[in-house]
Amino acid sequence: MKDQIYLYPVWVRLWHLFNALLFLALIITGLCLQYANINYTLIPFNYSVSIHNISGIVLSVAFVFFLFANHFTPNGNYYRFPKHGVFAGLIKQFRHYSYGIFKGEECPFPVSVERKFNPLQKISYVIIMYILMPIIIATGLGLFFPDFLPPTIFGASGIHFIDLIHIITGFALSIFMLVHIYFCTIGKTPLSNFKSMITGWH
Amino acid sequence: MKKLSLIYLLVFFGTLLLAQETAPEEIEHSPENSACFSCHGSTIYSYYNDILGRNVTKRMNPYFLIDSVLYYNQNHKSFVCTDCHSYECKDFPHNSEMRMEPMPTCLDCHEGDDATARYNFEKIDQEFQESVHSTKHSDEFTCWMCHNPHSYKINARTNENIKETIVYDNNICLSCHADINKYQLISPKKNPNVIESHDWLPNQISHFAHVRCIECHTASSDNVMVAHQVQTKDKAVKKCVECHSQNSMLMASLYKYRAKETRSQYGFLNASILRDAYVIGANRNIYLNVISGVIAGLVILLIIIHAILRMLLK
Ligand code: HEC
Ligand code: HEC
Ligand code: HEC
Ligand code: HEC
Ligand code: HEC
Ligand code: HEC
Ligand code: HEC
Ligand code: HEM
Repeated sequence: MKDQIYLYPVWVRLWHLFNALLFLALIITGLCLQYANINYTLIPFNYSVSIHNISGIVLSVAFVFFLFANHFTPNGNYYRFPKHGVFAGLIKQFRHYSYGIFKGEECPFPVSVERKFNPLQKISYVIIMYILMPIIIATGLGLFFPDFLPPTIFGASGIHFIDLIHIITGFALSIFMLVHIYFCTIGKTPLSNFKSMITGWH
Repeated sequence: MKKLSLIYLLVFFGTLLLAQETAPEEIEHSPENSACFSCHGSTIYSYYNDILGRNVTKRMNPYFLIDSVLYYNQNHKSFVCTDCHSYECKDFPHNSEMRMEPMPTCLDCHEGDDATARYNFEKIDQEFQESVHSTKHSDEFTCWMCHNPHSYKINARTNENIKETIVYDNNICLSCHADINKYQLISPKKNPNVIESHDWLPNQISHFAHVRCIECHTASSDNVMVAHQVQTKDKAVKKCVECHSQNSMLMASLYKYRAKETRSQYGFLNASILRDAYVIGANRNIYLNVISGVIAGLVILLIIIHAILRMLLK
């Protein structure tokens, strides 16, 4: 334990566990809704609707919790960008993932208590947590309370427009999740990051 | 109680909406009708009482009130009252025999009528005979029960605004299924609360504003515009995917006349629905579906290549 650092406090791990499970449920039921079919059913439509609604609401609550916790604990510092060198850092990390990693080079931004995320991780987590999650939650709430939506937006029905944003954002988040899980296998061993996310120790 | 008041709100606003739309057309108001409307068109009426020897004013039975605006904006607007009612109506007090006279049926006038052949009255009649209403109450339940003789105006066929048609058609059913007084003209039973019977349907208000009762309660048929065979409740559509899927049955009923114009547009399936509603599962976009499939595939491929290279080159 002595060369290990404690990176993931309990609340991050708990939030993350719920977030990941709910997100999986949302993706699966969301796909069932989008590709609903008379002849082939994975999950019956009405169950998909209920599961998707409940998961979405719980996920929103968890998200608000994350916002608060990140705001009031030091964990939020990991989500702040330095004034200079953001772009250069991104390039450097990108070069590492697409080239250096195959030559056995060390990661240019090793994990430490001061720096939990490398620049690519940081920017993707910030985009995901502070841009895409709010969009998908807001549009999801709109679809849940359709009476509050404007009847038409840009000539299309309001629900239609909001739903398009919702599914496109949902798709982007799903792709993020695929890439995210894969990149988590890049650690000391393929499983070590997952262990960290369970125990808290890196 | 709260739920019931919801129904009333729905009916109320629906009626308001329709009332607004029915701007009176310029049509010759027969003076003969004006005589009837002088009493049946207002909440009070006056007549000369022979016995008292003076004019008396009385309240009109609200069920015998006829809205002249609606009357002159309906299918049979060119009719004088006595085309259907006995000439004896012209006398007041009305002859007591009058209330017992049989009324003409739709088929009396429309059967074999070339001018309205496109409606296919014979087929509609046949479907109605097989409906739960007619099979259980063949004597009391006539076409007039749904088609108000003094206000029925075709909507589904002519009204471009589908939402208005939905409100109009649903109000026909709700006139009994949300009103015990009219319901009990047919059956002494207490009418089931339709809001409760449809508890299984989420977003009920939204659904009832975007589909008609007959979508789920009749088997749609090709030969008539509006299916008339209302079936028992166990035969009603309960499967969500009947509407929420690519082969949405809405395209064969509510959106029948638009279906050919716009089956797909900008890649949206069943695009003719989109002007009025957005039906999850039925309105997905094929281009988006293809693009997302390709992107997801590429990402997975990249991940696999990256993983293999990592394993080989380490
Ligand atoms: C002086 C007022 C007055 C005039 C004019 C009048 N009605 Fe009536 N009508 C009544 C009243 C009051 C009732 C309800 C009491 C009754 O049945 O006598 C009634 C009842 C009726 C009924 C329902 C009978 C039943 O019990 O089912 C019909 C049908 C009817 N009127 C048709 C007409 C027609 C058609 C005209 C025009 C040719 C007309 N009335 C003119 C006052 C009038
Ligand atoms: C197309 C045929 C037709 C015309 C035209 C017509 N009625 Fe009727 N009317 C009926 C029928 C059918 C009924 C019986 C409805 C029922 O049993 O529910 C009826 C019923 C009534 C009633 C009794 C209300 C009731 O619910 O029992 C009144 C009052 C009445 N009509 C007045 C008039 C007046 C006034 C006019 C002219 C302005 C008129 N009707 C024109 C077919 C017609
Ligand atoms: C007394 C005869 C008579 C009765 C009863 C009658 N109709 Fe009609 N109907 C006509 C006539 C005549 C016309 C054509 C009116 C016109 O063009 O002004 C017509 C027109 C219509 C139209 C509109 C046709 C169009 O293209 O504008 C519809 C719909 C219709 N009737 C339905 C019904 C229904 C439903 C019933 C029964 C509930 C019924 N009618 C009862 C004689 C009748
Ligand atoms: C249970 C209610 C109900 C009964 C009973 C009923 N109808 Fe209808 N009917 C409707 C509804 C709802 C519509 C749709 C009205 C609209 O939007 O134009 C309709 C529409 C129609 C139309 C117009 C269809 C078109 O092509 O535009 C005709 C004609 C018609 N009905 C005839 C009849 C005849 C004839 C009978 C009796 C044999 C009858 N209806 C009984 C509910 C009913
Ligand atoms: C004049 C009143 C009246 C109107 C209008 C009416 N209904 Fe009904 N309906 C009844 C009555 C009464 C029954 C009960 C029949 C019985 O079981 O004795 C019934 C039964 C039913 C049932 C069968 C329920 C079961 O227990 O299986 C369905 C479904 C139904 N109606 C749907 C509709 C639809 C859809 C419309 C509109 C197109 C409509 N009704 C219009 C009076 C009405
Ligand atoms: C999405 C499809 C759908 C729509 C829309 C719909 N129904 Fe139903 N309805 C059903 C089904 C399914 C049942 C049977 C429910 C059950 O048995 O649990 C039912 C049951 C009923 C019953 C029988 C109630 C009882 O408890 O006996 C009536 C009456 C009825 N519906 C009338 C209506 C009316 C009126 C409307 C329009 C305002 C309407 N329905 C709209 C699907 C629908
Ligand atoms: C008769 C066709 C029909 C059936 C059956 C049906 N729906 Fe719908 N549904 C619609 C339509 C039309 C809309 C679009 C409403 C809109 O645009 O606001 C809709 C909208 C919805 C919405 C979105 C509500 C909103 O406005 O955001 C949900 C959720 C939904 N349906 C769930 C279901 C479920 C679950 C079932 C089965 C229990 C079901 N539907 C059965 C026609 C249907
Ligand atoms: C879309 C759903 C997901 C989102 C939004 C998400 C988001 C995040 C965020 C913000 C962090 C950093 C947490 C912090 O320390 O502040 C993180 C870390 C992590 N996540 Fe996820 N995650 C998702 C799904 C998943 C899934 C499904 C898995 C595994 C099955 C996973 C595995 C991990 C691991 C192992 C870490 C720690 C490594 C690291 O910090 O990069 N995540 N995730």
